[in-house]
Amino acid sequence: MYRQWVLTALLAWPVLAGLGVLLVPARWAKHVAFAASLVEFALSVPLWWTFAPDGGVQFFLDVPWIPTWGIRYTVGLDGISLFMVLLTTFLVPLSVLGSYTYITTRERGFYALLLVLTSGMIGVFVALDLFLFYVMWEVMLIPMYFIIGVWGGERRLYAAIKFFVYTFFGSLLMLVAILALVYAVAQRTGVYSFSYAHLLAHLGGLGPIAFWLFGAFFLAFAIKVPMFPLHTWLPDAHVEAPTAGSVLLAAILLKMGTYGFLRFALPLFPAVALHPAVQQVVVALSLIGIVYGGLVAMVQPDFKKLIAYSSVAHLGFVMLGIWALTLQSVQGALMVMINHGISTGALFFLAGMLYERRHSRLIESFGGIAKVVPLLAALLTIVSLSSIGLPATNGFVGEFLVLLGTFRTYPLAAVIAATGVIIAAMYLLPALQRVIYNPLDQPTNEQLPDLSARELAVLVPLLACIVWIGVYPQPILRRMEPTARHFIQTVRLNAAAFTAAR
Amino acid sequence: MNLDLARSGDLLQALLPEVVLTAAGLAVLLVTAWRHRTATDLRIAAWVTLVGLAAAAAAAWWLWWRTARATGAPAMIALDDFRFVADWLFLGIAGLTVLVSFDYLEREQLLAPEYYVLLLFATLGMMLMVGGDDLMVVFLGLELMSVSVYALAGINRHSAAAAEAALKYFLLGAFASGFLLYGIALVYGATAATNLTQIGIQVRTLGLEHSPMLSIGLGLLLVGFGFKVAAVPFHMWAPDVYDGSPTPVAGFMATGVKAAAFAALFRVLAEAFAGVATWQAIVWWLAVATMVAGNLIALAQRTVKRMLAYSSIAHAGYLLVAVAVGTSAGSAALLFYLVAYALMTLSAFALLAAKGRDGERDVLIDDLGGLSQRRPWLAGALAICMLSLLGFPGTAGFIGKWYILVAATATGHLLLAAILVLTSVVSAGYYLPVIMAMYMKPEPSEQAHAGMRLGRLGGAVVAVSVAGLLFFGIRPNRLLDLAKTSSEGFGAAPAVTAPAPAPPTPTSTGR
Repeated sequence: MYRQWVLTALLAWPVLAGLGVLLVPARWAKHVAFAASLVEFALSVPLWWTFAPDGGVQFFLDVPWIPTWGIRYTVGLDGISLFMVLLTTFLVPLSVLGSYTYITTRERGFYALLLVLTSGMIGVFVALDLFLFYVMWEVMLIPMYFIIGVWGGERRLYAAIKFFVYTFFGSLLMLVAILALVYAVAQRTGVYSFSYAHLLAHLGGLGPIAFWLFGAFFLAFAIKVPMFPLHTWLPDAHVEAPTAGSVLLAAILLKMGTYGFLRFALPLFPAVALHPAVQQVVVALSLIGIVYGGLVAMVQPDFKKLIAYSSVAHLGFVMLGIWALTLQSVQGALMVMINHGISTGALFFLAGMLYERRHSRLIESFGGIAKVVPLLAALLTIVSLSSIGLPATNGFVGEFLVLLGTFRTYPLAAVIAATGVIIAAMYLLPALQRVIYNPLDQPTNEQLPDLSARELAVLVPLLACIVWIGVYPQPILRRMEPTARHFIQTVRLNAAAFTAAR
Repeated sequence: MNLDLARSGDLLQALLPEVVLTAAGLAVLLVTAWRHRTATDLRIAAWVTLVGLAAAAAAAWWLWWRTARATGAPAMIALDDFRFVADWLFLGIAGLTVLVSFDYLEREQLLAPEYYVLLLFATLGMMLMVGGDDLMVVFLGLELMSVSVYALAGINRHSAAAAEAALKYFLLGAFASGFLLYGIALVYGATAATNLTQIGIQVRTLGLEHSPMLSIGLGLLLVGFGFKVAAVPFHMWAPDVYDGSPTPVAGFMATGVKAAAFAALFRVLAEAFAGVATWQAIVWWLAVATMVAGNLIALAQRTVKRMLAYSSIAHAGYLLVAVAVGTSAGSAALLFYLVAYALMTLSAFALLAAKGRDGERDVLIDDLGGLSQRRPWLAGALAICMLSLLGFPGTAGFIGKWYILVAATATGHLLLAAILVLTSVVSAGYYLPVIMAMYMKPEPSEQAHAGMRLGRLGGAVVAVSVAGLLFFGIRPNRLLDLAKTSSEGFGAAPAVTAPAPAPPTPTSTGR
């Protein structure tokens, strides 16, 4: 019972709760939303134990939706999506709690959109039908668009439309590619189906069109990740979004891009993805992302923008790990995806808390606040260190695995990427110093209140994860290993088969 | 039920919806001749009109339910599901327009019950257009529709803009009719037939695929239809005419007239000219030009009404993609998209009409600022319409666009599909600002939305349309099946089949 319906319940509950939030009085909205998101988290927690690490798809449900077109409602989880779903359900209650004092206008709408966004995010990760995936991929655009556009900072309209148009552009080309792929497979098998398993099983050699289809998928996902030349929407969206928006944008929405590569772009078009020219381009772009993202982060006066550019660098590690295609590197990439969600999420929460106190995002507005707000300063230090990748924090595990795995495939790339870790220290530590150490030279900063109990409640779970994953990542690695292995085998075998067939 | 159209009794049965609608039109004419002064008279005329539309819809349903088919020699009238489904669409559009007009006419002091007579005859013309299996009947229907709509555009005699719109529409429309008639003459000259089926047979048997006379005739036909559907480069009249006409009429023109012209165009091309390959290239270019130009020009619009006018041109481009595909899948996609398009465009125009200021010509997009605070339901409905026009998943507009894309990719028109989606991205640049204004910008002035009034019936229309958009966006199965079964007469079915475990759908066709 639970195994069959849990994913559908996870998809439906936030939407229903979102409607409920719209109906209650405005002052209750946040409490109702918090309760609803806790229920959602409670629903998802048993996944962790009931999931059997065997590399297959579990919690599977498959019912017809639009049979005329071969569209079905197919959902399921494997070792990759499991952690994305858990990360989502874990972060949403914290985001709601973190918005209690930040959002003061139109609260009902905000929390309802946040819950609808939850459904969309989970939908992207569990969909195993390309139509369903596309619908979810697009649907979660709208809540985010409103969250940035209505509750964002000064340049929110610009940031919102930029975010929307970038993503919409990529995903519509992907739509055409999905249709062309389905039709190409239908021509061979005579079955018109959007099912992921069906497409994967009957791919065959697609011929020269595969390159264009891969290109369309690549564009959609690379914009979302974001990869180097397509990243320009990210700093604007991150900076202007309210705290909860930034957190979910960084922690979950960016992962949709890398998840898309893992789930669709590589398994469906392995021959193209492993073509030497494509490999070189992707690896080069990832390295540029790592180094360039770090260097740009170094000169940012705006704390949120600094975190945003650091995301570009972290996601570069993920892309590198995926394309290196060794067990360590893929597992490392998955770990970076999880860790980036936790650490960067926590950083955005802290940046939001600083902003609420001082109404400024600029690093120079602070200085020496460690004396005034010792608790906040301590937490900011730990989270920053985990983001840099200090051993015994979660950040170390992922990046180390990526570097280790990548070294076997691309030694030079691993060496260059390793400098990214140093660059991370070079932008985060000075920023940390300027925010919380240095002399306390601004009188306005002398009266800042320290973390409240609610704020602690937001940060402590994240901190616990940082330490836990940093010290003992084995439970996570064990659950994702069969799937990572399966992923590598599928891609390598199919690539070899298609290349030989050609 | 087989009807021999050579027998007058059977012919009368085949024309039952049209006969009923004619009777209704004459009845309303009689009522208005007798009572045409007060608002009450206007309301009586509207109710009689609604009853007439419902009766005609019931007649069309009866023919559909009995599976009426023609036997014997090719006749003037087609009997197929495509016609009946299109009839429902036209009658539905007319019905919704009447409901929106109730309040609007009274508020704007347009106490002319003849409005409803013209609306009925325009609808009759549309039904003849799509029901005609002969170029002469198509032309008759087109003229009946056009003349009625010319008068409707200028129904507000106190507005100079409306007069200009009516005159412009009339002059350019007459010009287009001339093209069409000349095209029919040349086609007749080449094939010695005006019946669509016979033209198709003549083209095949006489090997007329490359006959210059037929090609020129076909080209002129396309120009004539291009005017009616407002395809670029024959679109110049549309923004000015929509702009000047009363808003419900503009909605009627943007949906009904366009839907009728598209349905007739599809039938003419698919039945008569299936063997002539040249038109596909022409329609291909028309589609590309219409999508690109319509979307780009719409970006530059500041008033809501002109933006909607250019957006309707852009949508004509999407529909032309379905026409260019030409298969039965294209026809099904066309029907589905027309339904979705009619719902979203009608409710968008109805919501604009609620803003109510001298034909709504000067309502800027930014004038909608802060609407979500004052009128959350109206703003929500308009936001859903905009998202549907944009083709966003979860709305019928997306399913419609998806269907067109399916039809296009299945016939190898990948480039056309790519252009469609790229121009759709451009359209985000003018649909989103409406949402942005309503939700993210402050009110332009205190009490900016005080006079906004939709009326109970208008509200019902919008509610029904928006509910339909959302419903068909999530569960389009019935409508898809209907569109599919109604299109089986056109072209060869594409080589695709549904997957094996399809659930039993005994009610999917309703028979």
